[in-house]
Amino acid sequence: MTSMTVNDAISAALAEEMRRDPTVLMFGEGTATKRRDLLDEFGPARVRNTPLAEGILAGTAAGAAATGLRPVVDLLFAPFLCYAMDEIVNSAGKLRAISGGQFSFPMVVMAMTGAGWGVGAQHNHNLEAWFVHAPGLKVVMPSNAADFKGLLKAAIRDDNPVLFFTDIALGYAEGEVPDGELVVPLGKAAVRREGADVTLVSYAKTVNHCLDAAGRLAEQGIEAEVVDLRTLKPLDEDTILASVRKTGRLVVVHEASRLCGVGAEIAALVSEKAFRSLRAPVLRLTGPDAPAPASYPLEQAFVPQAGAIAEAAAGLVRGA
Amino acid sequence: MSNHHRGVEALERMMLIRAYEETLVDLHGRGRAAGTCTSVGQEAAAVGVVSALGPDDQILTNHRSAGHLLARGADPRRMLAEVTGKADGYCKGMSGSLHIAAKELGVILTSTIVGGELALATGVGLSRSMLGGDGIVTCFFGDGAACEGRFQESLNLAAVWNLPVLYVCENNQWQAFVHRKETTLADGVTAQAAALGVAAATVDGNDVEAVHAAAATAVETVRRTRRPYLLEARTYRLRGHFEPDDQSYVDPAELAHWRDRDPILLQRARLERDGLLSADEVLRMEGAVRRTMDEAVAFAEASPYPGFDQITAAVYA
Repeated sequence: MTSMTVNDAISAALAEEMRRDPTVLMFGEGTATKRRDLLDEFGPARVRNTPLAEGILAGTAAGAAATGLRPVVDLLFAPFLCYAMDEIVNSAGKLRAISGGQFSFPMVVMAMTGAGWGVGAQHNHNLEAWFVHAPGLKVVMPSNAADFKGLLKAAIRDDNPVLFFTDIALGYAEGEVPDGELVVPLGKAAVRREGADVTLVSYAKTVNHCLDAAGRLAEQGIEAEVVDLRTLKPLDEDTILASVRKTGRLVVVHEASRLCGVGAEIAALVSEKAFRSLRAPVLRLTGPDAPAPASYPLEQAFVPQAGAIAEAAAGLVRGA
Repeated sequence: MSNHHRGVEALERMMLIRAYEETLVDLHGRGRAAGTCTSVGQEAAAVGVVSALGPDDQILTNHRSAGHLLARGADPRRMLAEVTGKADGYCKGMSGSLHIAAKELGVILTSTIVGGELALATGVGLSRSMLGGDGIVTCFFGDGAACEGRFQESLNLAAVWNLPVLYVCENNQWQAFVHRKETTLADGVTAQAAALGVAAATVDGNDVEAVHAAAATAVETVRRTRRPYLLEARTYRLRGHFEPDDQSYVDPAELAHWRDRDPILLQRARLERDGLLSADEVLRMEGAVRRTMDEAVAFAEASPYPGFDQITAAVYA
């Protein structure tokens, strides 16, 4: 094990995959400027700065992916993806299927989002569910350094377009990362803490809020199970359902807004496939239907915090 | 001699494209195919450019793609099967008329989001530039797509990264249902290329031999310099945006002017004037084209519909 930050885990994954596969390259606004180590090792053809033009960057990644390269494109902040929706959704996501399978798009689109830097709503918008709704795409949003490394390596090796979201607040979070080759398969959730009374499902930094909540609940004699989705698409339905069948209670927690969010899908999934196991209504704790504020206290209030999660879960258990 | 040959071949290929499009219009009129965006009137641009490409070169096209595909040697049977939603189509019925791609011919990543092909072309050019070989990428788009920001973004990135992309703007004067005079003050699209440091040329898009000559120069330049180039072919969309379309919004005098400049009529007149085409040869070509299309219709109608499993078969790799 080595302790490293999420940012270092991302860098390690990029370097390892570029070393392993000469078709992997990375470009984005400031990529070559900020990733000097990659530039030095792999040269300017594979580590590139670009114009400020997200649409053409995503399209370039898609075109390159379909013709023999494995691009990683850094579009910086998730709201910037709005400039690249056509290329990601209409091209990378659809051209495989509508060509009858003639092409594949092994590419990774990286973007940051989430509360923590006070950057406001045009740099912080958890819009990951939009991409879950688009066919042909995979969506990854890790919660810890080891997963950032292992999931990014898996995303680069995947033959489909993968949206890889980094929760801004986690960039400098330290974590233990196993030494040696670490590839975390896409589509596999992790049970971070086992418990019999209530299931807390989350992804990205709110997984840590759920773990904090689980600690508080344990003090009250309530054993919460914490499921970290890691990948939003494909969604690991089996792990979610197994946990809910065990606990009978579910709280889904995410920073993205509630309407048509990932939590809505999970609630529907559980009602369809584990209805008889439920001992209480499914709850969702999410960000509000509002642009993210910049002011630090407001930004923190925007995000479901451990206290609220613990309170909601305890209410479910006591009410049952 | 090869020049003469090429002129006759070009005429026959343009006749095939015209016949293909008219067959589609007919099938649509009889309720046997969905509507389509035809390339009637633009055949010279397609044939002139594609005939200047090498076998390893790649083509990205758009919703008005039949000319590019057929000029590249696509099988009209498989194209019609695709348009009628059949399993033997190039895309197994998933594309329809709009997004046909034929990877085996190098016609790849067809996007019908106007400008979408411009965003993908740089990526294909990046692959060509990084993976070796002397192949180039040709991207066909219209004057409508040149109004999208992606046009500027694509040319700019190709220029900055030295990508071997030949941009071919088929300026057909129409942007869906709006004449380009309403949407832009610029007379053509090449001025933008100059501003971005991209070499450019304009050619009469209805003269197939002029297009071929200009394209040969452009292709050679891109292949040698590994840098982008913009060729604007001035042409005209003789039918509507999408079938059916009564073209009631089109100035009859303008339409008549361009009908007189029909690229097939122009090439036929040239060849006849130069003594390179006999009436018998014209009859032979008309018969051959008709037989090809009859066979294509029969093939498409005999082809089965894809199984419902095709809907989800190729979504993920």
